[in-house]
Amino acid sequence: MKYPVPTNRRGFLSAAISGLVAAIGAGLGFVALPYLFVPSRQPGQEGWTDAGELSNLEPGTPSEIAFARLRIDGWDASALKASAWLVKQPGGGITAFSPACTHLGCAYRWSRAQNEFQCPCHGSRFAIDGRVLGGPAPRPLDRYQVKLAGNRVWLGPIEPSEALRS
Amino acid sequence: MIPELLRWLEERTGIPGAVRAFFSEEIPASAGWAQAIGSVVLFLFFIQVFTGALLAFNYAPTPGEAYRSLNYILREVPGGRMVRGLHHWGSSLMIGAVVLHMIQVFLYGAYRKPREATWMVGVALLLITLGFGLTGYLLPWDNRAYWGTVVTTEIAGQAPLAGGYIRKLLGATGGVGAVTFAHFYALHTILLPIFAFLLVALHVYLVKRHGVSPAPFENRPKRKFFPEQVFRDTCAIFAVFAVLFFLAALAGAPLEGLADPTNTTYIPRPEWYFLFLFELLKFFRGTAERIGSVLLPTLAVALLFSIPFLDRSRLRPVTQSTFALAAVALSLIVGVSLTVAAVATTPHSTGPDPAEAFSTAPSALVSGARIFAANGCAACHSINGVGGSLAPSLNGVSQRHSRAWIAQHLEDPKSQTPGTIMPQFDLSAQDRDLLLSYLLSLPAK
Repeated sequence: MKYPVPTNRRGFLSAAISGLVAAIGAGLGFVALPYLFVPSRQPGQEGWTDAGELSNLEPGTPSEIAFARLRIDGWDASALKASAWLVKQPGGGITAFSPACTHLGCAYRWSRAQNEFQCPCHGSRFAIDGRVLGGPAPRPLDRYQVKLAGNRVWLGPIEPSEALRS
Repeated sequence: MIPELLRWLEERTGIPGAVRAFFSEEIPASAGWAQAIGSVVLFLFFIQVFTGALLAFNYAPTPGEAYRSLNYILREVPGGRMVRGLHHWGSSLMIGAVVLHMIQVFLYGAYRKPREATWMVGVALLLITLGFGLTGYLLPWDNRAYWGTVVTTEIAGQAPLAGGYIRKLLGATGGVGAVTFAHFYALHTILLPIFAFLLVALHVYLVKRHGVSPAPFENRPKRKFFPEQVFRDTCAIFAVFAVLFFLAALAGAPLEGLADPTNTTYIPRPEWYFLFLFELLKFFRGTAERIGSVLLPTLAVALLFSIPFLDRSRLRPVTQSTFALAAVALSLIVGVSLTVAAVATTPHSTGPDPAEAFSTAPSALVSGARIFAANGCAACHSINGVGGSLAPSLNGVSQRHSRAWIAQHLEDPKSQTPGTIMPQFDLSAQDRDLLLSYLLSLPAK
């Protein structure tokens, strides 16, 4: 399609009007598009939290602990209640699972009878090391980074587990 | 293809025809640049609606949080400084454009029959514009906002008979706080915009219904709105937008310290377009103060509303309307001298502006502040009044502790302060140095 070339006064004014309107639109878009669609800078690290004593953990029995965790959300920094499933491993190490099922985020629980984690929502099941035993869960349980300081457990950010490759 | 689409749209909606009718409206041949000011006002109104909506995306409308979220907009959100700058300067330009528009309509005598209602709706819109300025002033919740609003609500409280009641309505009986803030926020973002949209629609409808006011003894044939007048309007709008854009980009918008009701050194000043009212107050003492704060402004508004009914003279060309020109000149002289007097008597502020300080601070200190934010130190410690109160404020920490002490304190808090609730922070050596430099740079307050 051929565009009409502005040869007369009317055509020139039309083109000038379009150009000015486009310039204003570009100026506003230049500001508004990044503002709306570029995610804001997030603090890199969420820091470590003292999650409690190590001594009251039995090997082979996961124990759910609750603790306060700092959350930085935009302009807001607040202490939120958080929890983790701690497992004392035979070697002495500690694993801390995120309390959210990797399927759709429900809170799962430990079944002493079946010796496995069970999710009440859609029946996902996980072994004590976080492996998927059954149900719709796509990957093993996510884990907190763990540090031991003397007799106390420190939990860092949650690291999503890799999907198990068969 | 396109003609078919237009025909389809025309049959279903009538929009293409309405657009064509809008642009081919007949206007007097005398219409020119002066008549473009009204379009500029409308454009600035839409700029304020747009940038205001953008700000609301990242703004927490409660005292204290408002200030923190505005800092977040300025520092963390891409383009946040620009959006706030556009909204801030847009309000000033809007006031200027509204006043110019009113002067132009007044001088051209365009309030005469049958345009009395257009003029009165315009005066109502002027009041709404000032209402936007007044309520928006509080929303950053910095010292400027807080103390400015304290004075405003005190003045409202001086109104005869209803004063105390108005102050209660504004939630300002025990000082300016959460209730006043919520009221002002609701006015600024919900009620005033609804009234403004309705009255702007009515105003534009009336302008279209009565047509642009012709010059006296006009005998040239009418012209169409498009293209000459549309071109003038667009040029004027573009020029104003360019000025607004550069003001926002280069001058920024002020953000002072967090509102501090106990700050006795703060000298409150209203926004520049209220300075003449502020200065007017100084001419009256004691109970006579109400003359300046309530009576004169009320009379002025009543006068504005009744202009179409007071002036029954025949329409004259602008250059021959001596009385109108004299009235405008006198008002401008009084307004400008009061404003200049108010500016001249304003003491210079002492402290640096935090938002400016942020942009001019050495980058190492800014990195330190980011590490401070990333580790959530502000959950317990405060700086310049922002942050938690579980732990000591960090202003002037350099006078209390050495660099080595703080380093050790971060690594193993209990070794320095037995029994402290301060958690350990295992920072990299580089991050720790940046954080220490930042903390030691904090001034005592």
